[in-house]
Amino acid sequence: MFRWTAALGAAALALTTPALADPDPSDWNAVLEQARGQTVYWNAWGGATATNDFIAWAGQQVQDRYGVTVEHVKLSDTADAVSRVLAEKTAGKDEGGAIDLIWINGANFAAMKEAGLLFGPWAQDLPNWRYVDVAGKPAVTSDFTVPTEGLESPWAMAQVVFYHDTAHLPEPPKSAAALADWAAANPGRFTFPQPPDFLGTTFLKQALYDLAADPALLQQPVDAVDYDAVTAPLWAWLDDLTPNLWREGRAYPQTGPRQLQLMSDGEIDLAISFSPGEASTAIANGQLPDSVRSFVLDGGTIGNASFVAIPYNANAKAGAMVLADFLLSPEAQTRAQDPNVLGYGTVLDMATLTDDQRAAFDALDLGIATLTPAELGAALPEPHPSWAVKLAEDWTARYGVAQ
Amino acid sequence: MSGLILDHLTIHLGDAPLVSLTATVAPGEVLTVMGPSGSGKSTLLAAITGTLAPAFRCTGRIALNGRDLTGLPPQGRRVGILFQDDLLFPHLSVGGNLGFGLPSGARDRKAAIDAALAEIGLEGFADRDPATLSGGQKARVALMRMLLSEPQALLLDEPFSRLDAALRDQMRDMVFSRARARGLPVLMVTHDAEDARAAGGALVTLP
Amino acid sequence: MRLAPLLTLLFLAGPVLAGLAGVVAPALGYFPAIGANDWGLGAFRALFDWPGISTAIRLSVTTGLAATAIALAVTVLILAAWSGTRTFRWIERALSPLLSVPHAAAAFGIAFLIAPSGWIVRAISPWLTGWTRPPDLLILQDPLGIAMVLGLVAKEVPFLLLMALAALPQCQPSRSLTVAQSMGYGRVTGWLKAVLPRLYPLIRLPVYAVLAYSMSVVDVAIILGPNTPPPLSVQVVRWMSQPDLTLRLTAAAGALLQTGLVVGALITWRLAEMALARAGRRWATGGARSNGDPALRVLAMALAALSAAAIFAGLAGLGLWSITSVWRFPQALPDALTLSHWARHGPMVLPTLADTVLIAASATLAALVLVIACLETEIRLRLRLEGRALWLLYLPLIIPQIAFLPGLQTLALNWGADMGRVAVTLVHLVFVLPYVMLSLADPYHGWDARQATVAAALGASPRRIFWRLRLSMLLAPALTAAAVGFAVSVGQYLPTLLIGGGRVQTLTTEAVALAAGGDRRVIGIYALAQTGVVVLGFAAAIGLPRLVWANRRGLRGAA
Repeated sequence: MFRWTAALGAAALALTTPALADPDPSDWNAVLEQARGQTVYWNAWGGATATNDFIAWAGQQVQDRYGVTVEHVKLSDTADAVSRVLAEKTAGKDEGGAIDLIWINGANFAAMKEAGLLFGPWAQDLPNWRYVDVAGKPAVTSDFTVPTEGLESPWAMAQVVFYHDTAHLPEPPKSAAALADWAAANPGRFTFPQPPDFLGTTFLKQALYDLAADPALLQQPVDAVDYDAVTAPLWAWLDDLTPNLWREGRAYPQTGPRQLQLMSDGEIDLAISFSPGEASTAIANGQLPDSVRSFVLDGGTIGNASFVAIPYNANAKAGAMVLADFLLSPEAQTRAQDPNVLGYGTVLDMATLTDDQRAAFDALDLGIATLTPAELGAALPEPHPSWAVKLAEDWTARYGVAQ
Repeated sequence: MSGLILDHLTIHLGDAPLVSLTATVAPGEVLTVMGPSGSGKSTLLAAITGTLAPAFRCTGRIALNGRDLTGLPPQGRRVGILFQDDLLFPHLSVGGNLGFGLPSGARDRKAAIDAALAEIGLEGFADRDPATLSGGQKARVALMRMLLSEPQALLLDEPFSRLDAALRDQMRDMVFSRARARGLPVLMVTHDAEDARAAGGALVTLP
Repeated sequence: MRLAPLLTLLFLAGPVLAGLAGVVAPALGYFPAIGANDWGLGAFRALFDWPGISTAIRLSVTTGLAATAIALAVTVLILAAWSGTRTFRWIERALSPLLSVPHAAAAFGIAFLIAPSGWIVRAISPWLTGWTRPPDLLILQDPLGIAMVLGLVAKEVPFLLLMALAALPQCQPSRSLTVAQSMGYGRVTGWLKAVLPRLYPLIRLPVYAVLAYSMSVVDVAIILGPNTPPPLSVQVVRWMSQPDLTLRLTAAAGALLQTGLVVGALITWRLAEMALARAGRRWATGGARSNGDPALRVLAMALAALSAAAIFAGLAGLGLWSITSVWRFPQALPDALTLSHWARHGPMVLPTLADTVLIAASATLAALVLVIACLETEIRLRLRLEGRALWLLYLPLIIPQIAFLPGLQTLALNWGADMGRVAVTLVHLVFVLPYVMLSLADPYHGWDARQATVAAALGASPRRIFWRLRLSMLLAPALTAAAVGFAVSVGQYLPTLLIGGGRVQTLTTEAVALAAGGDRRVIGIYALAQTGVVVLGFAAAIGLPRLVWANRRGLRGAA
């Protein structure tokens, strides 16, 4: 009897401590050792050529330097990766999972963190973490108000900008109210991605920031505030705006980049983006006419960070960390910020860099349609993730099924 | 001029002439065409019904009761045809097959169909599935279906070859007597000399 | 050998039924991985509380029924008006390549044609319309789903036509038509009354497959269909991709509802079939020789031409985009051309292309072996797969993919049989097999058994008869079936994504992922690559028998 209990105890111990085999980022040499020869399946949204090219470049670099092979698994939606990890957990596949690294943030991160689907903490032990601008960019440790707790590592900053074709719209509207007035005078020339698309929902949050009596309330969960009162101005504004949208609000583009094609086709004059460099990048590769420029609202725009996270059952955790660390390197960050490559904002603190590294950043020509950091202004913090869910749900009930 | 007239009717396959025929079949008369396999007998019939395959080309003139058939679509020619197979439509009942043949203007269709069935000794068969009929019964229904459609000429493509000897005589009688009674010119293609004798008309042999 | 039919059914029905079972539990509230342990109808309540549910259901049903009815009507009209004529060979030649254009690629092409900023408007602007900006018209994604129905029709007509052509010889069409015509019936009327009633039962299953597919299609619906709200199938996929994991339960309930809708629509269709058959019999025996023929023939020709033109012009448009550097509205042609997109994406396309071909070829080969083994067993044991067994065979075509694939994915994970190309190939087999069976069964059964009798009398063993006679003589239809199977495999999106865990990428998964970005130049490259692969498959299927049987006229016609 005693022997049986002991055997069971040993088995239980073996089951609960798979972490023994997991790499420890504080011993970085051991991580590099373990990573060599691994293949990292990086699940990242594959809808934009520019990001695909950047990921391919990063993969080549870690291959050359650390012997880590990177396979970009192109997703049409980040939630596909969440589904996958979920399905693996359902099936009891607690190691050797299909996904090693996910490009993630916001609600997907909150959902995975809550469901215990992430490995970590590891991010703040990465060697290159020392360059990260934790103080100046609170979004790198607070993902949509949810503390990252080292479960994900930031690699790019994003901020809402609008871009407009000056050939048709020289003086863009810089507030929610002005936008509605302009749309009333120019019906059919503005739209936004259909919520619950990430960017479309961001548009709703951005408008709410501009319209709400007390935007500070957005930092609290929806349940904690008088939601109806806070959002009443938003719905009144949308009631006015929607009939003047592209297709009278009866159809919407399904993703953010779809707006590029619509503007290129001359269908719309104004669009929202979460990447300050997107317009310049699109001009550089011929997707947009060079008459396009960017702007931010007078009241400021929402900013956040993009992260990478490792699923709890990832197969190549060490390799994934090496890749995440490389993404934080000044070299990768400089390249990501180049509008000819990605045009993403850096997460690094310039003060921690050497002169040469800083010079590389300064030498970047940000492109004709990219705003300088000063023009961008300080980013507004993302509302609590519950706002995205609730706003998208209510928008869908009001406008998304309105035919 | 009444009857079926083939005036220098020539059918080419590519550049080579396959069949060439000039003939007149008076109302109620039978013209029998014989010839070995491949001599173009069936092609000749297809030319008259207007269903020649695209590979063939046809020159000359075909006239029926003074109407020029050349160039008319098959359904405009009013030329009935019987094959060696009965070709009853398996998805329709026996009565349905006859109804298919009967023009839509006909008054009291049910009575007309019943009368037609009586005429071929198949009273009460209207609701039967054609598949349950014997070979001879099927042949009679096929004949009657064709006659109900009021053709002005009749083509027979080895019509009796599938029937056994006893039935064959019976069917020959039935077909030729009906054609005579209705004054239809008949063109029969066969390689059974017995058919030709029973028909009693002119005989053409294709090379 | 005797096990082949059983094995085939196992490969087909097994995954479908297992997958369906795997979706029932979450629909009833049980999904431990996300902490849902309470059995109940909460998911269905949430489903029916969703404000768009009635419209989404209506859209699924109306677009599916309309697309199927119109595609069938066009197919029948083309056959009635032209089959057996010289013109028909041209129509056939123009339409059959359309079969090889993947649905998503065709939908993108059509979208670019008919959009307010699309090619047609560009071609007539501004000189005719006066538009220097695209008009704000709701053509694509219209609330009634008209654009989506048209896109589906253009794609399904070639499929139904091919299926009808395979079955047609069993209906003795030319002699039946001659009989009808000799009784004064016009071509179209005669064909409809005398041939169609026998043809339809032979193509009933493909028609049902088209109905089920049209009702639950996702990729075409996303591109051309309405989205405020979308048809139910699209909404189910959206729920599955929401960060809020409790929506997976709603998605599961929606998947079951979708299955119910398809079953309901199939029953409705069957009832309508019976009513129409009765009316048709009255019409056929009524003796009416209606005379709309010439007009109907012109109409049939116009519809065939429109189907072909829509897809070819759409593909040509995408091809042009793939070499465009700048192409602004309202220019009818690009302002400047470039090969840089091909240079940039070409090298990335190649490895994906290799994987796509490998998976499609393996799945097709496996399907071909199983199908031929089944058919051969039927013949040798004088069995016929009939009734229920036949229905099981077509289960994967009738049950919506979104209804059973998520469950199947979980199952595959439980068995550890996931992520590899082998798993993806196996799940492709589920969809390839029925199509190969559909394409090959009729020619196989239609093969003149007297040839085998003669051979057996000459002392040939069944094995020898199979290899030297049946298989050799049926080379052309077997290869055509293989080409169809290959095309089906290349076009699979959801199965590749879900079972491959994202690690196995094919041209189609890449194309759909890139499509999210909407850059027509990149979409053009993948659409062309996708189509090119399938076209090569068909070309091989047609070309090989001609080569092998170059001096056997009797065997060449069959291709």
